[in-house]
Amino acid sequence: MSLPDSSPVLPEPHHIAPETLLYLDGVSVSFDGFQALNSLSLIIDRGEMRAIIGPNGAGKTTMMDVVTGRTRPDQGEVLFADRIDLTALNETEIANLGIGRKFQKPTVFENLTVFENLSLALKADRRILTVLFSGISAEQTERIEQALETIRLTAQRDRAAGSLSHGQKQWLEIGMLLVQEPDLMLLDEPVAGMTDAETEQTVELLHEISSTHSLVVVEHDMNFVRDLDCRITVLDEGQVIAEGPMDAIQSDPRVIEVYLGR
Amino acid sequence: MIDRKSRDLSGNRILGAAALGAALLFTAAPVASEPSEADFHAALQALDTKKFQQKAQAIEHLGTLGDPRVLEVLESLAKGRLYVRKDGRVVIAERSGKKYIVQDAVSGRPESEASKKELKKIKVNNRLRRLIRGVTGQLALFSDDPDRRIKAADNLSKNPNPQILTLFRQARDRETDDAVRAKLEVGIAMLELEADDPALRLAATATLAETSDPDIRSLLERRLQTDAEPNLEIRDTLHGAIETIDRKLWLFGIAENLLFGISLGSVLLLAAIGLAITFGVMGVINMAHGEMIMLGAYSAFMVQEIFRSVVPPELFGFYLLAALPVAFLMSASMGVLIERGVIRFLYGRPLETLLATWGISLILQQLVRSIFGANNREVANPEWISGAIEIAGGVTVTLNRLCIILFSLAVVAALAAFIRYSRFGLNMRAVTQNRSMAASMGIRTGQVDALTFALGSGIAGVAGMALSQISNVSPNLGQNFIVDSFMVVVFGGVGSLWGTIVGAFSLGIVNKFLEPVSGAILGKIVVLIFIILFIQMRPRGLFALKGRAAGD
Amino acid sequence: MGPLSSRLFALESRRGWTVFMGLAAVLMVVVPVLNLAVPEDSWLHVPTFWVTTLGKFLCFAMLALALDLIWGYAGILSLGHGAFFGLGGYAMGMYLMRQIGERSVYGHPELPDFMVFLNWKELPWYWYGFDNFAFAVLMAMLVPGALAFVFGWLAFRSRITGVYFSIISQAMVFAMMLAFFRNEMGFGGNNGLTDFKDLLGFDLSASTTKVGLYVISALMLGLVYLLCRYVVTSKLGRVLIAVRDAESRVRFLGYSVTRAKLFVFTLSAMLAGIAGALYVPQVGIINPGEFTPAKSIEVAIWVAVGGRGTLFGAAAGAVAVNGAKSLLTGIAPEIWLFFLGALFILVTLLMPRGLVGVVRQWRERRAISKASHSDSHVSA
Repeated sequence: MSLPDSSPVLPEPHHIAPETLLYLDGVSVSFDGFQALNSLSLIIDRGEMRAIIGPNGAGKTTMMDVVTGRTRPDQGEVLFADRIDLTALNETEIANLGIGRKFQKPTVFENLTVFENLSLALKADRRILTVLFSGISAEQTERIEQALETIRLTAQRDRAAGSLSHGQKQWLEIGMLLVQEPDLMLLDEPVAGMTDAETEQTVELLHEISSTHSLVVVEHDMNFVRDLDCRITVLDEGQVIAEGPMDAIQSDPRVIEVYLGR
Repeated sequence: MIDRKSRDLSGNRILGAAALGAALLFTAAPVASEPSEADFHAALQALDTKKFQQKAQAIEHLGTLGDPRVLEVLESLAKGRLYVRKDGRVVIAERSGKKYIVQDAVSGRPESEASKKELKKIKVNNRLRRLIRGVTGQLALFSDDPDRRIKAADNLSKNPNPQILTLFRQARDRETDDAVRAKLEVGIAMLELEADDPALRLAATATLAETSDPDIRSLLERRLQTDAEPNLEIRDTLHGAIETIDRKLWLFGIAENLLFGISLGSVLLLAAIGLAITFGVMGVINMAHGEMIMLGAYSAFMVQEIFRSVVPPELFGFYLLAALPVAFLMSASMGVLIERGVIRFLYGRPLETLLATWGISLILQQLVRSIFGANNREVANPEWISGAIEIAGGVTVTLNRLCIILFSLAVVAALAAFIRYSRFGLNMRAVTQNRSMAASMGIRTGQVDALTFALGSGIAGVAGMALSQISNVSPNLGQNFIVDSFMVVVFGGVGSLWGTIVGAFSLGIVNKFLEPVSGAILGKIVVLIFIILFIQMRPRGLFALKGRAAGD
Repeated sequence: MGPLSSRLFALESRRGWTVFMGLAAVLMVVVPVLNLAVPEDSWLHVPTFWVTTLGKFLCFAMLALALDLIWGYAGILSLGHGAFFGLGGYAMGMYLMRQIGERSVYGHPELPDFMVFLNWKELPWYWYGFDNFAFAVLMAMLVPGALAFVFGWLAFRSRITGVYFSIISQAMVFAMMLAFFRNEMGFGGNNGLTDFKDLLGFDLSASTTKVGLYVISALMLGLVYLLCRYVVTSKLGRVLIAVRDAESRVRFLGYSVTRAKLFVFTLSAMLAGIAGALYVPQVGIINPGEFTPAKSIEVAIWVAVGGRGTLFGAAAGAVAVNGAKSLLTGIAPEIWLFFLGALFILVTLLMPRGLVGVVRQWRERRAISKASHSDSHVSA
């Protein structure tokens, strides 16, 4: 797993379509004998919104861990954009390549205000000395204000993030993803614990975002996934067992057996 | 004063043993006394002279007889217990009150008591005493006690001269004990190294190659360096012999380091096992762990004091057995107190736990200092674990160290079995693996926490009791172990009992192998730096658990 | 007004600056005047001994600020900060040692007494340059900084966090203690460095020199405070708080947690080094006792008592705890450890935010009906 330069490029004979943004091939991960991913292959195109569903333990979160550098796969290829090998990079480097992630359990910085949370996420130079000496420009403030409006948290601007409701924290995290301006957003159960009204608003929000970003949404909630109205990938036991639009998925006998049938 | 008294006592004992031995020999083997009784008798009577010059001749003559009885006679003479009775016979007598208890110097048979008037002391001066010491030293080769014979052979080989060679040969020919004979053979070989006959020298070299004594090695080396050995073939053999001895010495050196390393490792293990539970299993960082050890050591001290004042002295040696449960309960109850009083409010805040338990450690130290004083307290080794065993080639291990090695392994085994098979062990594992699940199944997690902590602390107390046998018992006792025991647990892998064992012994052994190279302190520093670097490479220690949850 | 000076003014609220300036005036003007200008028989006179003791406390306050920077803000509890403080102290001690020259007992122009005693013939290479004051001061920062950089790089790169970091930092200071106890190290072994005569030509036993050192300590404390304030109110300060609260999340935002921690840890070590360098000429000795693990842990309790995550609290905690220590060890030495132990327990159990937290809570309760005004930064 050597790293000849900062953006290792795959040798030929791979033929990856130019519109491919994320490319996973034969990715396997195991923990203490438990096979979390079993030769998983997946392709996400630029500008696409994709929902990933599957029962508990199907490997959804592990898949995200692999893409964002938290977990190293035992084998397989994970390529991003111009064939950059993600398996050789750490979380920070991958984030700076333009992959943003929202966690299953909302993780915002509870002791910082909503505004400060967003200002940390804001796309900017991340080098330590720059971070130490730089202030915040009017233009950046403007962008944060915009995002606050998008995620409907303008009124909570100066409140500590720890005092937000569960749903608001989810939104704040989505907002942080927005101002981070990644090429690819990974959202792990973005509507978990939300009220129906909040879920509806989130669907709207995601549609809005998907017009400018590539999105991968991992979800449990079938109604939510139906509302997203996008291509769906079904995982089970670390493998893709079906892929396609909602109708096709719903009539797939294997999906019915492992997922819907339970 | 005391010193002299004890020497006298032991002298008496030796004398007694010799007298008994002489008596046995006389009754059992009159045939063996080849130099005739008349000779012995005459030589003995020759001591009865005023002239020291003549006395000296008589002593030397006695020494040539090779008669075991001579030893007792000469020792008595040196101690001023040899008298001439009115009838002119030389006797051994000892003052008892106003009377003298008398025994015949030839037969060793007791005879009638005598008053002071009836006896005339045979006087000796320092020159004679020196002479006697030399003669008895040689005669000890013919003593009845094999240990004494070995000691005599050892002493005599230190100042070799041709006379001793004859003596050694004489002794070897009548020697029945294999160990003593081997010793004598070596002594003979050392002397024959300078013999005129090349064959003898060659054989001597071969014999000496069997030994593993650095002194003999330097003797051989001297033969080569001073070019005292003209024969080329023998020179080669000498080289070979030195190499053989070097190899053996090297092996013994390794064995010794290994043994000391294991001994240190067992100490580390004892200090760390309790921590392997509180830190390893519960994830609680208890900086007062060292003080749990200290409390155990002081428990041993208190039990010892109680035994001293209450229990009859012949049972004193059993105080350690009584101290075992006391030490455990003492530290375990303190553990419960700490867990219920402080730690349980701090679960999930490890850094705060660290600081709070450090505070507890300060208080406990000061408390013990206030009660027992700041000085070291002596905890005596019971007789049954005093002394040392020689394993081979001068590698000795004291019995208390050996006991600690065995004890530490026994404690780990008992603990492992307890966790594996007991009901409580099951609950404990359940709680540490999934707290909320265990709680929903009816396990009282608070109680399990308290008892787990008590178990870890109690084991620390037992460790303290054991360590009181080899270490000073002072209020700072625990502080000496805290960094080391954390290093053991972290190095071995948190949460793994195996890791703790392997960690403790490997750190102990590495430490002891470094010591001769770099000195004790530098060795310790090197080990600390090594662990710091090792943790960078394997942050979870040697025996790490892998898993998605282990990531954060 | 340039951007930097406006940043400087923004470091504190108006009230903050008032308190800061008020304290600075008391410490740097009132105390020296009461010592030097007020006659000794006056009840207003502050004895020189007190001034030096206060100067010592100010050095401790600096050390507390250094520790708070990484513990209170970045969540890294170092139990080895005594190592950096001690190294700074040794650097200054080496300079002071070289100044003694022929006035030493053995009268060797170059070698300190302990080296003559050890039969050393020449100065070890690492003592070169320490006859130069500027070099010694530079080393008082660079050596602790370098050690922290190497140690931190190894630890943070491997993501050693929490109690693991605390334990190995304690092992580090323990190893340092063992090393400095060795005579062969060339730092005076057990006895350390002492019997200093003068600093830059000023006689260390003169009370004007003592007051001067005190004033410099106060000045440096002020500067260090402002520097720390700058760091914690910058965006980096927010990154550090974020690291403390949810480390891995910060990585996914694209910040290098390793570098952020390494920066602040190294900075903290350098500040601790400065504190040690100022401490040594005031107490007149530096020995391996500064490296005992217990001393390093004690720093944590100063910070905790004052209130970690607030710079003012950390500094105030250092002065308060050390004041109590002087007072109690004077009355009944055996009580001090009971008190210190109880402090560790009670502060962690009952006052997790320290004295500052208690005061703040009390003020908030009082001002609950009034218009809320939060004057200092968020640190809760």
